[in-house]
Amino acid sequence: MEQYLIFNDLSYPIISVLLLLPLIGALLTLLFKSDRALLLWGFAVTLVTALASLPLYTHFDASTAQYQFVELRTWLPALGLDYVVGVDGISMLLVMLTTFIMPLCVLCSWSYIKERMKEFIFVLLVIETAMIGVFVSLNTLLFFLFWEAMLIPMYLVIAIWGGPRKDYASLKYFLYTFAGSIFFLASIIALYVQTGTFFIPELMGQPFDFAFQAWIFLGCTLAFAVKVPMFPLHTWLPAAHVEAPTAGSVILASIMLKLGGYGFLRFCLPMAPEATLYFMPWLIALSLISIVVGGYLALGQTDIKKLIAYSSVGHMGFVTLGIFLLNDQGIKGAMLQMINHGITTGALFILIGIIYERTHSREISVNSALGAMMPIFVLFLGIFSLSSFGFPGTNSFVSEFLVLLAAFSKYPLVGALAVVGAILAAAYMLRLLQRMVWADSDGHDHHDEDEGEGKHHVLRDLNLREIGTLSFLVIFVFWIGFYPAPLLDVMDASVAHLIEQVEAGAGPETLHVMTELSDKVGALFTSSAPSAANF
Amino acid sequence: MKTMLFLPELLLITLALLCFFASLGRPRAGFLQAMVMVFATLALIASAATFNQAGLLFYDAYQVDSLSQLFKMILCAGLVLVAWAGPGLRGIEQRLRPEYYFFVTLSTLGLVFLASAVELVTIFLALEISSFALFVAIPFRQPQNSREQFEAGIKYVLFGAAASGLTLFGMSYIFGLSGTTHLAQLAPVLPELVASQPLAVLGMVLLLSGFFYKLALFPMHFWTPDVYQGAANETAGFVATLPKLGAVILLLRLVSLAGVDMTQLTWALGILAVVSMTVGNFAALVQNDIKRLLAYSSVAHAGYLMLGILAGNPLGQAGAIYYALGYLLMNLACFFVLYHLSSDSRNLSLDDLKGLYRRSPLLAFTLAAGAFSLAGIPPTIGFTGKFVVFTAAFQQGFHGLVVLGLINAAISIFFYLKMVRAAYLSTEDGGEAVPLGVGTRMLGYVLILAIILLGVLPQGFLALAKTAVAQLPL
Repeated sequence: MEQYLIFNDLSYPIISVLLLLPLIGALLTLLFKSDRALLLWGFAVTLVTALASLPLYTHFDASTAQYQFVELRTWLPALGLDYVVGVDGISMLLVMLTTFIMPLCVLCSWSYIKERMKEFIFVLLVIETAMIGVFVSLNTLLFFLFWEAMLIPMYLVIAIWGGPRKDYASLKYFLYTFAGSIFFLASIIALYVQTGTFFIPELMGQPFDFAFQAWIFLGCTLAFAVKVPMFPLHTWLPAAHVEAPTAGSVILASIMLKLGGYGFLRFCLPMAPEATLYFMPWLIALSLISIVVGGYLALGQTDIKKLIAYSSVGHMGFVTLGIFLLNDQGIKGAMLQMINHGITTGALFILIGIIYERTHSREISVNSALGAMMPIFVLFLGIFSLSSFGFPGTNSFVSEFLVLLAAFSKYPLVGALAVVGAILAAAYMLRLLQRMVWADSDGHDHHDEDEGEGKHHVLRDLNLREIGTLSFLVIFVFWIGFYPAPLLDVMDASVAHLIEQVEAGAGPETLHVMTELSDKVGALFTSSAPSAANF
Repeated sequence: MKTMLFLPELLLITLALLCFFASLGRPRAGFLQAMVMVFATLALIASAATFNQAGLLFYDAYQVDSLSQLFKMILCAGLVLVAWAGPGLRGIEQRLRPEYYFFVTLSTLGLVFLASAVELVTIFLALEISSFALFVAIPFRQPQNSREQFEAGIKYVLFGAAASGLTLFGMSYIFGLSGTTHLAQLAPVLPELVASQPLAVLGMVLLLSGFFYKLALFPMHFWTPDVYQGAANETAGFVATLPKLGAVILLLRLVSLAGVDMTQLTWALGILAVVSMTVGNFAALVQNDIKRLLAYSSVAHAGYLMLGILAGNPLGQAGAIYYALGYLLMNLACFFVLYHLSSDSRNLSLDDLKGLYRRSPLLAFTLAAGAFSLAGIPPTIGFTGKFVVFTAAFQQGFHGLVVLGLINAAISIFFYLKMVRAAYLSTEDGGEAVPLGVGTRMLGYVLILAIILLGVLPQGFLALAKTAVAQLPL
């Protein structure tokens, strides 16, 4: 067991602190009375949590694939269940993303949430603990407990503070995710019965026979595909996004969808490598469909939030595509795409929340021609829109480029199809930008119309709080856009180790079949087929 | 020393007699309630004290062992909680209240006998004692504007009689094939018989039918919704919980007796378990009356319990006991809320829960804990119980059953969530606050804490249960 772990040598148990801070903070919300105090408290707790998570990055040893900052305590000896938490290069960045997005969620709720503030802050903090818990659990059952612990609070966020169809949307979210996680639980039980352990590192690279692996893979994939979400299980996402309050949307888009991608990397690939290779073509196909369908549906939306929600399906398609290309660039690209999507889409949802607070509408036609009114808003909108479709120099460019590179080098056809998604993304984002900044598609803006008269004269531009929130994210857009190395280097060892595990786990026979397949796919192209699959 | 072994039963018999004498006069309701709680607590302590002792009484027909004592503890605790949850017995007709406690105690006594009975005829007698008392108690309801309570009483009697008949019929087969009614003498011969004689399988299934009726397992579940609906809220809370425990211990004893390998018997039980879950959950989806909803949900939970029992390994058996305890707690939590919410003791529909969050935060939270636990969402006892039971069944290779069980759990989420949504999310006011006494509040906290703490830390109880099932088969 110890060979996988580097125990925490900081002066304090950093991961437990990260888990407990929001939880204790949540319990202490009961002491507060006024909404303002609650908001400040929520912001303080999330900010302290974010600062407390910094050592995870600064003290991280990027040279090893072992789990770091590990804490181990026995919990249920009868079942062999331990409280064991730690991070590696794959989960560390996601923990950081979580802790740094959460303060922004409190900030963007400042004037958006009008009722039941105490419960709101409470629920928000509980969600934070649960999400961090998923990323740091090194024990399948603990992972599952945190995974489920997110469900009810997130359901409440949509169901209590949501829009007009909140009942439908929240229920759909709940049922989809719960139904998915049921099969995940079945897989956890099967793994436990087969091996007698819940300890994740020990479950990786076990010599399971192929049939068993296939079942495990499918069980886990169902849960993660719902979370990501992959086509055809994506329908809960637009509904949930449109109804959720701003903070709910930000949490969903920025962090919760990443749990799915993280699950693939942590469970499916290392625990069922043979099955991963076997199902790879299907998952790549589904990823491509997600990319194209997400983009295509986004084109047709008139509701800004729905548009961004469908764009999420497309962007997350790049994540799953990168993961299932099973090579270094692909997985790194997928990891980075997760972080970037968290930053960019989170920011876009905050922007939508800001505009909704002013015009009480999410329709593009109502919110058009804002250029003259809200220059600062438009500036941010421009930056994040460009980032969203991967404009060079912004963060998403790096990650999508990496994934496309991986795709082209392995299966050129897949790469070509994925590019279609990237083009669609440019199309819908630019159209959105054009309408919101200048006018709607038929070229006249609403200032000439009666019903629009005076409507835009009351729009305030962003206040300091909103500017601060968004500026923080802008920093990351350009930092990752121009200098992604610090993030990519951190993943190196862990990703290399993961690919090693997949290759070791897949028998030579499977590899041979995959090589043939790759040649066939390559032959579809007139360009020279890759002579050998580069695993 | 023998008296010591029989002490819990003696205490309950004393309690029943006291209730009977009290019913001759005009006792205050609070006094009777306190008496029941005190004696049941004493019986609980007595059972706990004899947990590690063993002995045979009454010509070897009555066995005291840690398994029986564990169940007696849970049963007595259940009786305490039932009495605690319904102070004042609002739903029971005024003149019948003293009798009500008498019959409820008697029924519990029958179940306690059942926990120790290791001989077929004794088992049958114990089963009948617990059923007969309920036949009488179910129609004890404040006259409502319908004849529901009589329908409930009649249904329970007729079904009970039919189930008893089947049980006796099955016993006659088993007796005819083996020539003995003592489980101890059956143990060496029965697995052989079940494997070779179809008649023995038939006999076993018929014999078990009586307990399926108690457990509300398909196909003996048809009485459940009507009886819950017709009985007073406090009676329904009793019928929904304690008799199921009696059924669980007997099923544990009998199924482990038959020896579980992949015989027809296991298959029969497995099919019944899955059909139970499915029928229960699908029927619950469309219910509007909360007691009917809980009734169908209990049919589904009988299925989950069966999975643990037919797994037949120590983990599954201990898991079944653990699940039964969890089931008692979470179901009582729901009925406790119903009782206190329904000030005029009528039946509540989902609409009546609207705005409960504003009317009584404690009741709303108790309901949420109970409902989420029934749905099997961590960190409640319902989740841990399901997890243990499913794991055990999986270990025995019942993969299909486990997957079907999990799918069922996913379906059931929908209607449990309905209750919580009504309580928490509806914007309507719902009415004035619900006044709760100190004792009632305490019980709310106790139930919530028990549901969550036993879910997070099942270690202690599972260890006890494992000690208890170590004596099976007997």
